[in-house]
Amino acid sequence: MSSYLDTGGRGGIAGWIFSTDHKRIGILYLATMTGLFFVAVVIGVLMRVEQLVLDPPLFAPQVYNAFFTVHGVIMIFMFVLPGLGAVFGNFFLPIMIGARDVSFPRLNLMSWYAFVAGTVIVFVSLFTGDGAPDTGWTFYVPFSVRTGTNVTLGLTGVFMLGFSSILTGLNFITTIHRLRAPGMTWHRMPLFAWSLYGTAWVQLLATPIVGITLLLVIAERVFGIGVFDPAKGGDPILYQHLFWTYSHPAVYIMILPAMGAITEILPTFAHRTVFGYKAIAYSSMAIAFLGSLVWGHHMFTSGMSEQANLLFSLFTFLVAVPSAIKVFNWTSTLYKGSIEVRPPMLYALTFVFLFAIGGLTGLMQGALAVNVHLHDTYFIVGHFHYVMFGGTGVAFFAALLYWFPKMFGRTYNERVANLAWAPIFVGFNLLYFGMLVLGYMGMPRRYFTHLPQYHTGHVIASVGSFILAAGLVLFFANLVVALLRGKRAESNPWGGVTLEWRIGSPPPAENFDVIPEIQGRPYRFNPEVSE
Amino acid sequence: MDRTGSETHVMPYRTLVRVWLVLLGLTGALVAAGTTLHPSLSVWAMLVITPVKAGLIFYYFMHLKYEKPLLTGLVFVTLGLLVLVIGLLFSDLFYR
Repeated sequence: MSSYLDTGGRGGIAGWIFSTDHKRIGILYLATMTGLFFVAVVIGVLMRVEQLVLDPPLFAPQVYNAFFTVHGVIMIFMFVLPGLGAVFGNFFLPIMIGARDVSFPRLNLMSWYAFVAGTVIVFVSLFTGDGAPDTGWTFYVPFSVRTGTNVTLGLTGVFMLGFSSILTGLNFITTIHRLRAPGMTWHRMPLFAWSLYGTAWVQLLATPIVGITLLLVIAERVFGIGVFDPAKGGDPILYQHLFWTYSHPAVYIMILPAMGAITEILPTFAHRTVFGYKAIAYSSMAIAFLGSLVWGHHMFTSGMSEQANLLFSLFTFLVAVPSAIKVFNWTSTLYKGSIEVRPPMLYALTFVFLFAIGGLTGLMQGALAVNVHLHDTYFIVGHFHYVMFGGTGVAFFAALLYWFPKMFGRTYNERVANLAWAPIFVGFNLLYFGMLVLGYMGMPRRYFTHLPQYHTGHVIASVGSFILAAGLVLFFANLVVALLRGKRAESNPWGGVTLEWRIGSPPPAENFDVIPEIQGRPYRFNPEVSE
Repeated sequence: MDRTGSETHVMPYRTLVRVWLVLLGLTGALVAAGTTLHPSLSVWAMLVITPVKAGLIFYYFMHLKYEKPLLTGLVFVTLGLLVLVIGLLFSDLFYR
């Protein structure tokens, strides 16, 4: 049976961009997102260079404003938000549940087109009009309404990206409900699929809110309707409510599939079944639900009422419970396992460590009094990079290393992958732990310059960013070499037990000759032991 | 009872009329709350009464009653989430 990489009739680029095969669409997302990721990495490094060269500044303050806006918009809306769901969800969800494709393959391709269209519009906004958007990725009013830069076009691009997310979520929900193989009950579904299911609901329910909100900002800029303008009876804090009602759940859109991927990797390399299957599955749903109720913790210092502050602080602490359940289950999965630290496992363990730091620093900010001190400082920047990059980003790398042989039928150099880990880990912690310390000392975020007392911290963070960037280049170069010259991969190089490891590498065009019948739970490394 | 949703279900007129009367009563209660109570309290009345009305309409008039429990659950959880989100928003707006 020919693999999905063998062009059936339509060759070249057309064979990819007009293909409705879920695996090809997953690869399209991977290629697009990796390219965008490196653009944002370069901008991030340039920002760190700006903090090294103070007098005169390397880039004008307005350029720095555009840098952090574009860096944020690309990383958030074009990399971590589609993230593991768009790449590995598209590629592996149908295979893991024993289906030949997603429920709506054409809609799936359309969601990629919407993603590309949104990306192109955002990039056009950088080079047209009266300058690149300079609001930060949050587009807060009143500044986003008053600034003369090209915010309207930028918002239109982000609006399109939201469409892509909604369509993917809709597709995943329908696929999971309708296309599971015979015998695959909810409790026999792999946990990566569970995490995609929780994520998809958030995508479907929360993304329209931000879509409408961004349209309101456009209407405010173009027609002056006054929804967010107090002079016309509007409320600027309402914007923050509406924005974060989506954008905090969006953080869980970003992290849940990452947690799902880690939950696939750990049992495979501990060679034992996952600890607390149901607890992990339901904690995904609990995170999706509770995560939708904590948006106000971004607004503790915005002038919200005391009562709302208390409620949102409470919910913030509550959402830590299902997150901690996952961490405990991961560590319990390792306990007494036969642990093999190969590259995917190394990155997965790194995820657990970095995510724990990100999560705990998040709890610090959930406390009202501490939040007042830390708000809008580098501490926040450090915290969300620990969660989004140390969490989602590193999990993305772990998932890529885990599923690379399956996706492309090639093996990579494991020693180089391990070698790349060192600069990534060291550089990451120098950069972002440095930011945590700087923020605690009082360094505000989004400033193009800093006072002398912060300079040492900035130098450390900047050096960390250079080391990190070098590690990232090595990491991806290794995979590109493997893609071109790597040895042929076996169908199951890691000894995995979920369905994707039972088909060839790379997978056949329609995944299965015969749809499999599922007999038991997904993580049975020793089938003789009864469930 | 068939729960596949593939055939047409006929809801007895008596049930529909009763639900309609309940809806009228709830609308009256909503109007009364809006005109007599303090705005902050009338919002909470709205947040309780309106979802109940929506739930009744979903359940009886839109035949959710004949759907599988999973679909019924999903609709009501979504409705509940909406109420929670709006409720949290008002916890700010009315106590600033």
